[in-house]
Amino acid sequence: MGRIANRVPGGRQRPAGSDREAVLSSTLFDKLWDSHCIESDEHGEDLLYIDRLCLHERTGGIALNALLEAGRPVRRAEHAFCMMDHILDTRPGRTDRTLVPGGEQFIARSRSGAAALGVRVFDVNDPQQGISHAVSAEQGIALPGLSIVCPDSHTCTLGALGALAFGIGTSETEHVLATSTLRMARPPNMRVTVQGALPEYVTAKDLALYLIAEHGAAGGSGAAVEFDGEAIAALDIEGRMTLCNMAVEFAAATAVIAPDQAVLDYVAGRPFAPFPLPSAEWQALKSDPNARFDRNLDIDARQVSHRVTWGTSPEQGVELQGRVPEPKDRNERQALAYADLAPGTPMTDISIDAAFIGSCTNARLGDLRAAAKVLEGRRVAPGVAAVCAPASTPIKRAAEAEGLDAVFRAAGFEWRESGCSMCFYAGGETFGPGRRVISTTNRNFEGRQGPGTRTHLASPAVVAASALRGRISAPEPR
Amino acid sequence: MQPFRTHVGVAAALLQANVDTDAIIPSREMRHVSRRGLAAGLFANWRYVDAAGREPQPDFILNRPRYAGASILLCGANFGCGSSREHAVWALAEFGIRVLVAPSFGLIFRKNCIANGVLAAELSAPRIAALAAWADADPQVNRVRVDLQRRAITGGGVAASFAIDDAARMRLIEGLDAIAFTLAHAERIDAFERERFARHPWVRLPRSG
Ligand code: SF4
Repeated sequence: MGRIANRVPGGRQRPAGSDREAVLSSTLFDKLWDSHCIESDEHGEDLLYIDRLCLHERTGGIALNALLEAGRPVRRAEHAFCMMDHILDTRPGRTDRTLVPGGEQFIARSRSGAAALGVRVFDVNDPQQGISHAVSAEQGIALPGLSIVCPDSHTCTLGALGALAFGIGTSETEHVLATSTLRMARPPNMRVTVQGALPEYVTAKDLALYLIAEHGAAGGSGAAVEFDGEAIAALDIEGRMTLCNMAVEFAAATAVIAPDQAVLDYVAGRPFAPFPLPSAEWQALKSDPNARFDRNLDIDARQVSHRVTWGTSPEQGVELQGRVPEPKDRNERQALAYADLAPGTPMTDISIDAAFIGSCTNARLGDLRAAAKVLEGRRVAPGVAAVCAPASTPIKRAAEAEGLDAVFRAAGFEWRESGCSMCFYAGGETFGPGRRVISTTNRNFEGRQGPGTRTHLASPAVVAASALRGRISAPEPR
Repeated sequence: MQPFRTHVGVAAALLQANVDTDAIIPSREMRHVSRRGLAAGLFANWRYVDAAGREPQPDFILNRPRYAGASILLCGANFGCGSSREHAVWALAEFGIRVLVAPSFGLIFRKNCIANGVLAAELSAPRIAALAAWADADPQVNRVRVDLQRRAITGGGVAASFAIDDAARMRLIEGLDAIAFTLAHAERIDAFERERFARHPWVRLPRSG
């Protein structure tokens, strides 16, 4: 599917406050965009002011050192942060050493580049360390109404707080460091309204996988997607982050949810959050009643059940009670060959070798609690390798304070330090070639979790239940 | 950055949909804190017999002698989806790819292409298939021609107009250093920022250290 065509340059300009009717028909996304737009150029791109930048060691070292080499200062170093998450080791007692050869260079160069340019680092053994998108939310670096970018495609997670959040490339990162701005064409607006209530035990992850399976991995068509509706309002902030996180797997430019009281409660008291909160300003961040969207999708939350993927794209998924489908085309045949699955196989007949609970998608405290509830008093099936890596060190500590680590350990899970870990092979962590993994992460691409590793995406409770049975399984209510 | 005007080159086709950036450059191939040294890792999962080694997989299109020197890649939909790693573009560029033609691209990937002087041109799948069929008959002779000024792509019986947004086109044609270009208007950024901080003082964090 092609992208929705960008609008005529200048056609979207709304002089703030001067045209009441126009102002009353703005989308939330357009309000956020307009409040950051410095100017528009004749080619249809806008120069956006960027309030916060998060780096990580994977590309931070390259970007920071490029600036140093060019002799350019960071324009607002106090608004930039460098996390350590992608490559670093997550095994207990970690140092800068990584499983992937040379990984420590990425860590060292990011650290030294950040120090030379005055950028705050959340270093390897910092008590606030964690996956960038988790740390920026936890620390109050991402806030409603702010623009925030990071050289990582899952930055859209932060739209859950009502922030204007984009994943960017390394050259763009250098541009933001040097200028506090980013040049972008305004994406079109799409609204995904989720009415009704999700069934019990069905989570934001299931909703995301359902949306992507129903409307395709290209379904977002480069639009900024606003999620709204009863089911969204009912999600807690962590669930909203899970949903927004997966928006990039829907080919959305970003995702956003209007900040409500739950967001204000979440943000209050965070280290980089203001006091008092500009509550009235933030609660005005919502789409006007007659705002026009380029596309609208309606989802009935009651239709969503536990989901799991069978292929190598997040769109290749079914209900947990479903079967591996007949391949429709060459892509699906290739996916089935990689997944080593036969059409018609019930998903719950598929045995697994490993289970992973981690990533910026699904490793926050609520996710760990949901998994622990399933695991409590039970053991993972013989032969199943099981790993849990919390999304941040503060989350890990909070889980330990509740005794969740003991539940995971007693069940036979490894309890890791925080980091991207098995989400992604960057740091060299993998369950191995040919191994079948059920995973709370966001991507099931070929090789994503290591060469030849096969990935099935699911929610934390489904991953935990599958680990116990040794095959893909629904959590049993208890 | 080298300005981009026209380009004539050997075209190779990789038409499956959703080729993600991890397929373009697997994460294990990103070994150094550098934009260079990535060409050998390009499409490593497909290009080599096994993940660890460097023995060429003879069937892979970029390994076949008839496509030697390919500089144009004809692609399927949503090419470059997935992770935002700019290494994917650095690897393609270092390998010698100057033009990518696809029905659609991953959004961040497309921007990364432009930032590195690689043309990401959008063209309908049937036209891409027609170009691929013609080029495939004799790749070294049937070279594809791209004219960015006119947004034209030609080869055999195909003479088509591709899509690329104006801003990207201008930036490629002029080969501009994006940072220097923006800093030329630094006073507008300063003024905007002053007003933003005045209206929303909470946006501004204290200087650390
Ligand atoms: S957890 Fe996975 S998806 Fe998230 S930032 Fe890390 S590698 Fe990317």
